[in-house]
Amino acid sequence: MSEQVIKVNHLSKAFGKHVVLRDIDFSVSTGDVTCIIGSSGSGKSTLLRCLNLLETPTTGEILYHGENIADAHTDAPAYRAKVGMVFQSFNLFNNMSVLKNCMIGQIKVMKKDAESAKASALAYLEKVGMAPYINAKPRQLSGGQKQRVAIARALAMEPEVLLFDEPTSALDPQMVGEVLDVMKQLASEGLTMIIVTHEMAFARDVSNRVVYMADGVIEESGDPAQIFTNPQNQKTKEFLSRFMRG
Amino acid sequence: MPQDFFGRIVYLIQTRGGSYVMGAVNTMIIALVSTFIGCVIGFAVGIVQTIPIEKKDHVVKKAVLHAVRFILGAYVEIFRGTPMMAQAMFIYFGSSAVFGINMSMWFAAFFIVSINTGAYMAETVRGGILSIDPGQTEGAKAIGMTHVQTMLYVILPQALRNIMPQIGNNLIINIKDTCVLSVIGIVELFYATKSVAGALYTYFESFAIAMVIYFILTFTCSRLLRLWEKKMDGNDNYDLATTDTLTHTSGLYSYKEKKKEEDE
Repeated sequence: MSEQVIKVNHLSKAFGKHVVLRDIDFSVSTGDVTCIIGSSGSGKSTLLRCLNLLETPTTGEILYHGENIADAHTDAPAYRAKVGMVFQSFNLFNNMSVLKNCMIGQIKVMKKDAESAKASALAYLEKVGMAPYINAKPRQLSGGQKQRVAIARALAMEPEVLLFDEPTSALDPQMVGEVLDVMKQLASEGLTMIIVTHEMAFARDVSNRVVYMADGVIEESGDPAQIFTNPQNQKTKEFLSRFMRG
Repeated sequence: MPQDFFGRIVYLIQTRGGSYVMGAVNTMIIALVSTFIGCVIGFAVGIVQTIPIEKKDHVVKKAVLHAVRFILGAYVEIFRGTPMMAQAMFIYFGSSAVFGINMSMWFAAFFIVSINTGAYMAETVRGGILSIDPGQTEGAKAIGMTHVQTMLYVILPQALRNIMPQIGNNLIINIKDTCVLSVIGIVELFYATKSVAGALYTYFESFAIAMVIYFILTFTCSRLLRLWEKKMDGNDNYDLATTDTLTHTSGLYSYKEKKKEEDE
C-alpha cells in the first residue's frame, strides 16, 4: 500500500471577502498522478499554490506526512525544497543560463558541491531533451524549451511531489506535445504529481485520479475512466460535454 | 598675456594646466567613490524597504521592521528634499559647532555626496526590485530558497541590470554636483577654475576650459557605462554544448535549428 504524502483537511482560502476555496478535502499518495480540472476561476491554481505555501490558507490544514504545514511555525523554504512546482509562465531565472538555473537550488538550498550539482543538472536536462542548450539564456529559448528546463530545474531538487500549474497553457499545440511527452515519461517512472490542466486527453490517459473543481469546491473526484465516460455530477457532465465537443 | 580668446586659453592651459588637472582628479575621486558608496547605501536601504512584512511574523520582528522603515523613509525624504549645498554647510560647519566633531574636509565631502546619492539610489533600487516579475520570486521560492537567497541570487542581479542607466545618471550628476563642495573648501574642478579665473581675471576663458573638461568627464563615463551594460547582457548567441550534429534536434521536435538562426 502506498503511503499518503499530502492530505488536505477542510481547506478554505479567501482573498478579502472573496472566497476562492471552500472546505477542500483531498489527499495524494506516493506515485499518484492527480489531475485537477475545471474552468478558469474555479480555484484549481489557488489550491495548488496553497499546497506549495505560495498562498497561505485561511483555514484548514495541509498535512505533509501527517505534519500540518499550514500553521505559522512551518519552515516554508525547507518544505518547498521537497515539493517542487512548475509554473504556467515558466519562471526561469532570467539572469542565469539553463545549466545555472538547474544548479542554483542544488548548491544554495541542498548545499551540494558544484560538481555533483552540475552532474545531476546535466542528467535531468538530458532527460527532458535540453542538454545541448545548457549555455543558452532563458530569453533565447522557445516556450516549450523553457518549460522543459523548468521541469528539469524542479526535478534537480529531487522532490517528493511535483506540482504543475497549467504547464502547457502558455504554449502552442506543438510545444504542448513536447512538454506533455516529458510529463508522461515522469508519470510512467512513478513520480508523484499533481497537475492543474486543461488538457483533457492527458488527464484521461496519464492520471490515475481526476479531481473536478467548480466555484472553489471539489464537485467530483475519482478514476479518470469513470469521470470521463460516466460523470455522476451534473456540473461535471456539462463541463466535460463542452470539452468533448471541442 | 595674449589678447585674443584662443590665445588666452592656450596661455591658461600652459601656465595653470596643473590646477585644472588636480581639480578634475579631485572631482572624479569624489564622484566615483561617493557614487559607489551611495549605491551600497541605496541597495541596503532599498532591500530593507522591500522585505515583506507578513501577518504571521512575530510582533517584535514586525515592530522592528516598521521602525527601521520609518527611519529609512525619513532619511530618504530629508536628503532628497533639501539642497546638497545647504547640507554641506550644515553638516561640515554644524558638526564642529554643535557636536565638536572636527570632520576633515575630505571626509565631509565623501560623506555628503555618498549620503545624497544613497537617498536617490534607495528609491531607484526599490523601483528596480519592484520591476522584476513576481514570477522570478515564486520560481526561487518554489525550489526552497529563502528571502535572502532569492534576493541575492535572483532578484538583485536582475534589478542591478535594470537600474544601470540610473546609476550612470547618478555618476554624471555627482561629477557635476561636486562643484557645490567648493563651499566647504574642497579644491575640485569648480574651485580650481574659480581660483584661476580670479587670479588672472579671465572668467570666460577659464570657465570655457572647465566646461570642456566637465563634458569630457561625463561623456567618457556615460560611454564606459554603456559598454559595461552591454557586457552584462552577455552574448546574444549561444553554442550548443555538443559536437554531434544529430543532437541539434535532440529536443523532441526539430524546429530549433531554425530558431537558432533567428537568434543570430
